[in-house]
Amino acid sequence: MSDETRMSRRRFVQSSALAVAFSLGTSAKTTVATTQEELPGSLEDNPELDSWIVIRDERVTVYTGKVELGQGIKTSLVQISADELDVDVDRIDLITAETERTPDEGYTAGSQSMEDSGTAITYAAAEVRQILLEAAADELDAEADQLSVDDGTVTDGNGNETTYWEIATEEALAGEASADVEPKPADEKEIVGEAMSRIDVPGKVLGEPSYVQDLRDTADVRGGVTIRDLPEEEIDARDEHEAQELLHGRVVRPSGYEAELESVDDEAVLEMEGVREVVRDGNFLGVVAETEWQAIQAREELVDAAEWSVEETLPGRENLWEHLREDEVDETIAEDEGNAEDALEDAAETLEAEYRRPYQMHASIGPSCAVAEIVADDQERELNVWTHSQGVYPLREALIELFEDEQMDDVRCTHLEGSGCYGHNGADDVAGDAALLSDAVDGQPVRVQWMREDEHRWEPYGSAMIMEVQGGLDDDGTIVGWDYDVWSYPHSTRPPGQPLLGGRQRENGIELRENDPIPLPTGGGTRNSIPLYEFENTRVTHHFLPEPDVRVSALRALGGYANVFALESFVDELAAAADADPVEFRLDHLEDERGREVIETAADAADWGDRELDDDQGMGIGFAQYKNLSAYCAVVAEVTVDDDSGEVTVDRAVAADDSGEIVNPDGVRQQIWGGIIQSASWTLYEDVDFDEEGPLDDDWSDYPIMTFPDVPEVEVELVDRPGEPYLGTGETSQGPTAAAIANAVSDAVDARVRQLPITAERVEDAME
Amino acid sequence: MSTNENDPFSILKDGDRGFERLTTQEEGDETEEVEETIEFELNGEDVTFDGDPEKPLLYVLRNDAELNGPKFGCGLAQCGSCDVIVDGETAISCVVTVDDVEGSEVTTTRGLGTRDDPHPVQEAFIDTQAAQCGYCIHGMVMEAVVLLEDNPDPSDDEIRDALADNLCRCGTHPEIMAAVRQAAEEMN
Ligand code: FES
Ligand code: FES
Repeated sequence: MSDETRMSRRRFVQSSALAVAFSLGTSAKTTVATTQEELPGSLEDNPELDSWIVIRDERVTVYTGKVELGQGIKTSLVQISADELDVDVDRIDLITAETERTPDEGYTAGSQSMEDSGTAITYAAAEVRQILLEAAADELDAEADQLSVDDGTVTDGNGNETTYWEIATEEALAGEASADVEPKPADEKEIVGEAMSRIDVPGKVLGEPSYVQDLRDTADVRGGVTIRDLPEEEIDARDEHEAQELLHGRVVRPSGYEAELESVDDEAVLEMEGVREVVRDGNFLGVVAETEWQAIQAREELVDAAEWSVEETLPGRENLWEHLREDEVDETIAEDEGNAEDALEDAAETLEAEYRRPYQMHASIGPSCAVAEIVADDQERELNVWTHSQGVYPLREALIELFEDEQMDDVRCTHLEGSGCYGHNGADDVAGDAALLSDAVDGQPVRVQWMREDEHRWEPYGSAMIMEVQGGLDDDGTIVGWDYDVWSYPHSTRPPGQPLLGGRQRENGIELRENDPIPLPTGGGTRNSIPLYEFENTRVTHHFLPEPDVRVSALRALGGYANVFALESFVDELAAAADADPVEFRLDHLEDERGREVIETAADAADWGDRELDDDQGMGIGFAQYKNLSAYCAVVAEVTVDDDSGEVTVDRAVAADDSGEIVNPDGVRQQIWGGIIQSASWTLYEDVDFDEEGPLDDDWSDYPIMTFPDVPEVEVELVDRPGEPYLGTGETSQGPTAAAIANAVSDAVDARVRQLPITAERVEDAME
Repeated sequence: MSTNENDPFSILKDGDRGFERLTTQEEGDETEEVEETIEFELNGEDVTFDGDPEKPLLYVLRNDAELNGPKFGCGLAQCGSCDVIVDGETAISCVVTVDDVEGSEVTTTRGLGTRDDPHPVQEAFIDTQAAQCGYCIHGMVMEAVVLLEDNPDPSDDEIRDALADNLCRCGTHPEIMAAVRQAAEEMN
């Protein structure tokens, strides 16, 4: 790639970044039905072919704006590109989200990566291949459709050949995509659909540097480029701004959300070995030291040295449910089909129930981490940030806002992996912290990792929710009326929609902005609130609570987890009232063929109806199509409920999943297994405790998650749909799992727990 | 080991120059902090640490020796992501001090094997794809190695027990179990 093409891509991505600035208040990009003129996936916003694929020096560089979160996206995108271009997978160099070099694809969220980036790369690669074939046809004096390609070598079948590397020119591949070239039909694909080992796994298992936590020398990776990628002149030039020693920072945050820093007696801290700076800016407090251990010790001292006055702004966990119903609300009808009210009045039998989901954590195993430095000369100041944020472009906007009052000429964000995040955790906030601390030490690189209690107390949680539902059956036991109300705080407060924590806490802090609900069809609190079943009369009302008091944001599956828990629990309650088998009952109300197939497949695989269970065991099913427009998943859970204690163990979970065309079956399986286990943990154990000031859970003893002895056996049947669009898999199984467990508990002990988590105590209460 | 040439995706540089660092004085030692010289064996090499003997082993390994395997997860002996092997037993390096390992043999994944010559447990983890984000995996590998030394043919329940104190949030438990089973078979 010449400097020119590099420049053009840079200009291009930067202008598109400006266009999205501050329009990302709610979760970024969604696939809505595409109109004729739109290009597929993220090509629509990033149509230049060479913003996706560059061929140079016998290698193929593929750029994606999505990031690896442990979901295996890198591997899937390599598979797609190699297959479509007819090159070996080893020839592909994949560059993930960097503001300098990759397309802006917003956040890596909502299980959209395959739909957005996978689709864009598929079409871009098909078109690049076609352009190259036409050039080869000229060269070989043949017809393009007579040629075949093997690892970039093009042959005409008569012994004449050329290669991509000889014929690829920058000009030829610099145009805009037309998407007129159809990708390969499913039966011609050789790499897509086959299991491929994840390219990031060996390094992680061998202890090679794999995470932002492992970044030690920023000069090595400035601008996302490794030293070995640079021409010699640039390495020399680089020596001029010789790498500066990496410093370590830690932040000190108060015990509650709304607090004033009254005073800090930092004398003792400043005298500690290695301490470079105590940074106080309004209510933002941090320390920078030479080594990580020094920074941690200094932070501990600083915690004691700081006096805060903390306001009481929260209801406390005891008053949560009343508070949700009383808080400021913005009410909308999400769905109104037929006449639910009349239908319920006329029904032969009606039932009603209220379900609850508390605040729950992302609870990443590794606390959030970032490295920041400010490179300055006489004219310019540039902030470089290495981050495990889910969105480097949105973070860039938030960092620009953070330094609005200071000169900052450019901000570059480069993604490096972190610990799994499962949504919006502390990743972005810690990047802001690192930037502020670096600024306080003249831009020297600073690595900040949150302590365990920072992550537990300050990450934005998944919103608490109430789901209230009324259903009516006719004489035949068919559901004829359904009236559903959901109360929820926002499910995305991602930056730059909301400011970074450090930005809020600084002197003259940035004010919080208004929150808007994420609109349907994807929805936030409304996600999966509309039943996929054919109920003639359905009303769904969303009580959106725009002003959260507890810090909330996107947690895997958003409102879909709690809505599917409620909806699918209630379907079982109605099935019981109708004296029907839960699987049959669902199929009787469902026309969607793909939905029916996953329900039947999961039931079969689990031996539904035939399996021998002990008296204290039960079986239950849950089903959903994620967001009502993405992957289909049904889960059958088998549980044991301890007679004495009421304690629930999930023994086995059997799922069936339809994620459209499968790129990497191992990857899909792993996402479903992982989703089931994480959801089982939420469903049985997790409930954030908080008082009037703030969260109270500091660590894993306060907020336990599922561990090995309690992990169920998991199985998944994959329904492959070659030729159908890719549907993301990361968030399909959580809702169905919660409902399946609740339904299995009810099957085991004939008692219904409607409040998450399903604790021993709640089971006991329900049994009484 | 150099940057892994086969992995064009890693933009991070490997950091094995740490052993030299281990032997150099920590800076800024004008305070009355106790400094000691502590000798131990790290991944098969004799190393000397000069500095605060109370420093948790985790930071000596990550920051002085520049090893990437052991991770900071909690600093409270609750999650296992910092696990290492000390004299054949797993040790929680976020609470064990460097002083505690004086004269001991300390092993991290880096001491077990390399890309060209991985330990059977590492090979099994790679083979069964036992990592999503992978942040917990170093600790899991350490526990598995020690378990299989003691008990070459563990039952599923024994594997679960051995890993009970190691948290994984991604739900990679089934693959991790499979990896330990496969390693047991290979090693027998
Ligand atoms: S970091 Fe040592 S146990 Fe969590
Ligand atoms: S693989 Fe992510 S925490 Fe275990």
